[in-house]
Amino acid sequence: MSTEAHVGRLPATEWDGGALPYRVGHRKLGMWLFIVSDAMTFSAMLIAYSYARVSSDSWPTPFPFYPSIIFSTTMTLFLLASSFTMVMAVRASAHNRLRAARRWIGATMVGGLAFLVLHLIEWEHLIHDGLRPFRLAGEWVEKWPEAPPLFGASFFAITGLHMFHVLTGVLYLGFIALRITKTRHEDVEISGLYWHFVDLVWMFVFPLIYLMSVDFSG
Amino acid sequence: MPPARANEHVHFEGGVKMFLNVLLGLLALTVVEVFLAYIHVPLTLMLIILIGLSLIKAAMIIAYFMHLRFERLSLVLTLIPTLVVCICLLFIVFPDSFRAKDIRSTRTSAEPVKGSAPAPEH
Repeated sequence: MSTEAHVGRLPATEWDGGALPYRVGHRKLGMWLFIVSDAMTFSAMLIAYSYARVSSDSWPTPFPFYPSIIFSTTMTLFLLASSFTMVMAVRASAHNRLRAARRWIGATMVGGLAFLVLHLIEWEHLIHDGLRPFRLAGEWVEKWPEAPPLFGASFFAITGLHMFHVLTGVLYLGFIALRITKTRHEDVEISGLYWHFVDLVWMFVFPLIYLMSVDFSG
Repeated sequence: MPPARANEHVHFEGGVKMFLNVLLGLLALTVVEVFLAYIHVPLTLMLIILIGLSLIKAAMIIAYFMHLRFERLSLVLTLIPTLVVCICLLFIVFPDSFRAKDIRSTRTSAEPVKGSAPAPEH
């Protein structure tokens, strides 16, 4: 038997990192590579948003501090808290406390769902005000007559894609929680990586889309 | 222990106190960001500070919550420089946004552009 064939039959645990250059399993490495590629997608969208804003003569700053910024800050707090509960779930799973891990994942899902509900309420208000992907709300046109109608398209595209990631994350975590007694710890860790990435993206969406668009005119 | 985990070698570092400290740090930075929005800081200065704070928050999440600080350096060196370089490359076209604005304002200006030929009369 050749050395390579012999090596191929050894279980991964016996290598203790010797054959795995990154000391992580292939699924975890796959999730990291997905996260890097997804981070590039969101970066491209946020840079495109900034490009449109800088190249425009005027850009709407439609969010009053109260209620819009307070509302989006609350959403941020839910997402940050859910990241903490997720890391606690991974920790519990690492110590083989599976019931505790399931409870922590449940708490993470509650945080994600709260974020989604608040986000949908915000969308509903903006749509009710008349904001569409390529049309500004009527009141905004009077306030920023030279603004291009791109605000809606960029806002709905970026926050919509992020919301889709949150929804996917909640479903993914639900699946992991249901099967936690049949999964490896690495599966819980991988779902945690995805969830933290969702939180990470919001750390850029929140300041660039919301905090940079505060309406000071009162 | 479930059979799926029987032969699994688990590598996990970090205690509750450390994760709580990270959470509190993230919350504190978020409060600073929101406060900046409240006190009406000039837009360019605010953008610089917000991006700086967001990068710090991102680093905290990646390092502690995503556990990258406790992974092998080879993994860190594979992922992070790749991402940073690609994002920097995305910025190559960004200066054009200033040019596009300048071109529009020049064309819409009532003043003739310096050095340009006069418009032909019909």
